[in-house]
Amino acid sequence: MIPVAFDYVRPSTVDEAVAALVAGGEDAKVMVGGQSLMPVLRLRLGAPSLIVDCSRIDEMIGIREEGDSIVIGAGTTHHAVMNNDLVKRYVTLLAQATATVADPQIRHRGTMGGSLAHADPAGDLPAVAAALDATFTIAGPGGRRTVGASDFFVDYFTTAVGDDEVLASVSFPKREGWGSHYEKFNRTAQAWAIVGVAAAVRMEGGRIAEARIGLTNVGTTPIRARSVEAALVGAADAAAIAAASESAADGTAPTTDIHADAEYRNHLTRVLTKRAVQKASGL
Amino acid sequence: MTAVQEVPISAGGNPIGFGSMKRVEDQRFVRGQGNYVDDVNLPGMLHSAILRSPWAHARIKSIDTSAAEALPGVIAVLTGKALEGIPRPSLLGDNFAWMPTLSYDTQAVLATDKVRFQGQEVAFVIAESRYIAKDAVELIDVDYEPLEPVMDAKRAMDPGAPVIRDDKGQTDNSITDVHGHKTWESGNAISTAEAIARAEADPNCVVVTQEVMYPRVHPAPMETCGSVAHMDKVTGQLTLYTTSQAPHAHRTVYAMVAGLPEQKIRVISPDIGGGFGNKVGVYPGYVLSILGTIVTGKPVKWIEDRGENLMSTSFARDYHMTGKIAATKDGKILAVDVDVLADHGAFNGVAQPTNYPAGFFHIFSGSYDYPDAHCKVTPVYTNKAPGGVAYACSFRITEAVYVIERLVDCLAAELGMDPAELRLKNLLKPEQFPYTSPTGWVYDSGQYEKTMRVAMEIAGYDELRREQAEKRARGEYMGIGISFFTEGVGAGPRKDMDILGLGMADGIELRVHPTGKAVLRLSVMSQGQGHETTYAQIVAHELGIPPEDIDVVNGDTDQTPFGLGTYGSRSMPVSGAAAAIVSRKVKERARIVAAAALECSPDDLEWELGRWSVKGDKERGKTIQEIALLSHSSLELPEGVEGHLDATAVYNPPNLTYPYGAYICVVDVDPGTGVVKVRRFIAVDDCGTRVNPMLVDGQVHGGIADGIGMALMELIAFDTDGNNLGGSFMDYLLPTSMECPSFELGETVTPSPHHPIGAKGVGESATVGSPAAVVNAVMDALAPFGVRHADMPLTPSNVWRAIQGNPIRVDMAIE
Ligand SMILES: Cc1cc2nc3c(=O)[nH]c(=O)nc-3n(C[C@H](O)[C@H](O)[C@H](O)COP(=O)(O)OP(=O)(O)OC[C@H]3O[C@@H](n4cnc5c(N)ncnc54)[C@H](O)[C@@H]3O)c2cc1C
Repeated sequence: MIPVAFDYVRPSTVDEAVAALVAGGEDAKVMVGGQSLMPVLRLRLGAPSLIVDCSRIDEMIGIREEGDSIVIGAGTTHHAVMNNDLVKRYVTLLAQATATVADPQIRHRGTMGGSLAHADPAGDLPAVAAALDATFTIAGPGGRRTVGASDFFVDYFTTAVGDDEVLASVSFPKREGWGSHYEKFNRTAQAWAIVGVAAAVRMEGGRIAEARIGLTNVGTTPIRARSVEAALVGAADAAAIAAASESAADGTAPTTDIHADAEYRNHLTRVLTKRAVQKASGL
Repeated sequence: MTAVQEVPISAGGNPIGFGSMKRVEDQRFVRGQGNYVDDVNLPGMLHSAILRSPWAHARIKSIDTSAAEALPGVIAVLTGKALEGIPRPSLLGDNFAWMPTLSYDTQAVLATDKVRFQGQEVAFVIAESRYIAKDAVELIDVDYEPLEPVMDAKRAMDPGAPVIRDDKGQTDNSITDVHGHKTWESGNAISTAEAIARAEADPNCVVVTQEVMYPRVHPAPMETCGSVAHMDKVTGQLTLYTTSQAPHAHRTVYAMVAGLPEQKIRVISPDIGGGFGNKVGVYPGYVLSILGTIVTGKPVKWIEDRGENLMSTSFARDYHMTGKIAATKDGKILAVDVDVLADHGAFNGVAQPTNYPAGFFHIFSGSYDYPDAHCKVTPVYTNKAPGGVAYACSFRITEAVYVIERLVDCLAAELGMDPAELRLKNLLKPEQFPYTSPTGWVYDSGQYEKTMRVAMEIAGYDELRREQAEKRARGEYMGIGISFFTEGVGAGPRKDMDILGLGMADGIELRVHPTGKAVLRLSVMSQGQGHETTYAQIVAHELGIPPEDIDVVNGDTDQTPFGLGTYGSRSMPVSGAAAAIVSRKVKERARIVAAAALECSPDDLEWELGRWSVKGDKERGKTIQEIALLSHSSLELPEGVEGHLDATAVYNPPNLTYPYGAYICVVDVDPGTGVVKVRRFIAVDDCGTRVNPMLVDGQVHGGIADGIGMALMELIAFDTDGNNLGGSFMDYLLPTSMECPSFELGETVTPSPHHPIGAKGVGESATVGSPAAVVNAVMDALAPFGVRHADMPLTPSNVWRAIQGNPIRVDMAIE
């Protein structure tokens, strides 16, 4: 890696990190696992003057139960998230989606918060956060604030986290007993999603009573497939799921690239939504 | 060295011959102790970086290097203009801005007038560190005037198409080869056209026409290209550490390009992290590191990054082929005609023997018995990277096998005949060898039907067809694809084959030390094939010296004799033969020494497992090790015998060798997403004698993975503006073990009659043979949708579109 030269600090508290970011100005950049930032530096697509390494801030690492929520420190690695019992039990969809991220080496370094803050449209976790209505705790010079998933993802690689702010933790409502599945479509085993569908359903008497669907990589931000969610209520068989999934691509704006054009991505969105909901519901 | 399969054992208990042995080189490779070009660090060494063109086609109005030069740590910034000012005392042009290619064209070292592909070299920065060099590259200000690029080979010859090579005074984008031809033909055009016309008129015959494209792919070796050049000011000696598959040929080219005396140039290729043809050519980066050391008086290192490797170095294929196959309705092939439009990029840099401007493409008549075949190949310039040899280059046999094997399957579909049955009906028979093909090749040996049947047996072919029928009835899409290929490898006979005038014979040297240990010096160059192991096994097989007592030296022109290097599967057919022959020379010398020691006539001796002994009196004998010491001793030798056992040889192959194989691929296609899953892959190769079967299997494994990659995912595509869409491993996808099934290998062994140990070469067999098997399998799976052909790579989106009856033009992925 031959990046542009930069300064480096490694704070040990969130407040120190924020202070460093304020002092560093707009060219200062947070780094945690480095799994998205390093490629950016290597390709010289970015040239931060200061890197604020937040990988050793204790309060940003770990997973705890807080009332009706599971709170995950932003600096918790993918590996830790997907293997955590609380996550597996109460935020199953997150564990499932995280297991599809990259490969074991990257999952040992890359962090959940890093994925969400990076907000790559092809990243797997933003759709999960959207589907599950996660709440984001952001620390800045003015203290802490919380933001809902619908306000967190702003645009392509852009979130509500300001230049002088740090994403400290993310909180997921506990949803025990939901069926869930993350259907990721990629061309090779370790590649990014061409399209991904995060589905969680609550079943009642063999019917879908409530559904939450998040879509990966069909717009500049993760998209909630709300019309599908509504149409799924009451579905009791595969045919009903298929019918409900027909509207999955409505309101999406997928790009065209070498892997897939927009028309094919729309097609995939419908097919994968059907498959994800079928697997999540067992119907 | 560990034997893992039965290998002959010498009197001393050592394995001494052909058989599966673990590679000696793996000891260092798996421990991370290999020594690659980027590991070379010389005292005072400077670093470098290349500024590359963002445009596919643009005029350079001006280049301002002042800010870069002012950056502390920058030693020099070279531009095309600066190179034009350096006079070159050589035969091949009068300045350094341009260099010759391996096809007698010219290529810009640094662009002067125009840039002609995205990623072309524009300026070269030499600095104290690579960081500074990269920073300085960003400070160079180039004023470009963008020109319309030619990205579609099919439109390169349109009237009014922008002219790419105006530097040569061209008025269109045609390519003229060294013989003055703009197209290149082989076979009998008239008889083939007549045969096809007769078939068209005959109700008992069919003619099937199919256009197929073999898109542009890249070898993508794990190690990118690079070099460290050091000109010793005192001795005038230039040492170049470089990623070269052909160090000797490169030395000669540098002597010609730079006008340096050849004896003052030493080219060293240390360990090479994969080549696949990518490291055959001479790249501007290598030349610039040489100019850099001349200009600065210090060693200069140049190392390419991944994007540079993918965007600027030698690609492969890019052949648009239209084939016509004529046959009787009961499936007897009568004639094949192929018309090719070849996209050569902006400079004609293909590495082919001089008399073969389309390489060995004309072996396309394949493994079948029919009298009439003809091909015509028309190369054109486009605004893409030059090259066209790389990726198991096989001198274009990959393209040839692909077109014939697709045509045979299209014919089978047209006739409603099983593709295995159609092939069996037309395969050459063992008694037809040596067989002269309709385009003039003389195939050495083969038992095609036997090999085909072994593959069908392993696959359980009939059972697979039954399974497929059942699945189709259930709406599941399974496909079975066959490819039967014949290659001609081991270039080549000197009278026919040369590159830049250098004949393709290989030298070799074998020294046997007094203690019976040996050093074998090869001209060919391993890029991971395992030469240090297999060549020692050949000497062991011939002389009975255990492989661990033999050091194999390659990659240093000062330490090895001249030869043309490793590509086109030529090492075993050419240098493998040389190794056997030089060993036999040593053996004959040893016989004279043994006879002197045993006080008998050399004619009274017989050879067995490393020992000469007296016929009828086995007890009286000398081992090769004893003889080695005697040859250096005071033992009196007959008049005129020099002593010592050392020998040299040059091997000029009398013909190519013709490895072949039968491959069967089984796929499942998900009609919802278009995803192709390769469920099984059966490969039965016949490469003649297998020196080390385990390494043969390794070559085949790698080649099948390559083939699956090319068939399903690998592609260098461009948009209409000329942007390269395959410049990173996020876009240029390579298969991993997750995308490959466990391969099922088989073998038949039909030795080459003219090769001293009967070996045929196998380095490219699977890359050549496997893509057609995968594509044929996918097309077979899609047959219920009425799909007859779709081009590689069969990406999910492409397969889905084919199912809709609307396959995409893969090379122009985005309009
Ligand atoms: C080869 C490869 C394959 C991959 N495949 C996938 C995949 O399939 N799916 C997928 O979802 N991801 C994939 N990733 C990305 C991976 O998930 C990264 O771990 C993740 O995107 C970033 O986490 P990180 O901690 O490494 O962040 P970093 O790289 O350290 O940072 C990324 C960005 O987020 C910002 N940032 C990080 N943490 C914070 C924070 N707490 N507060 C504020 N800003 C912050 C940084 O400033 C930077 O801009 C892949 C990465 C690689 C290298």
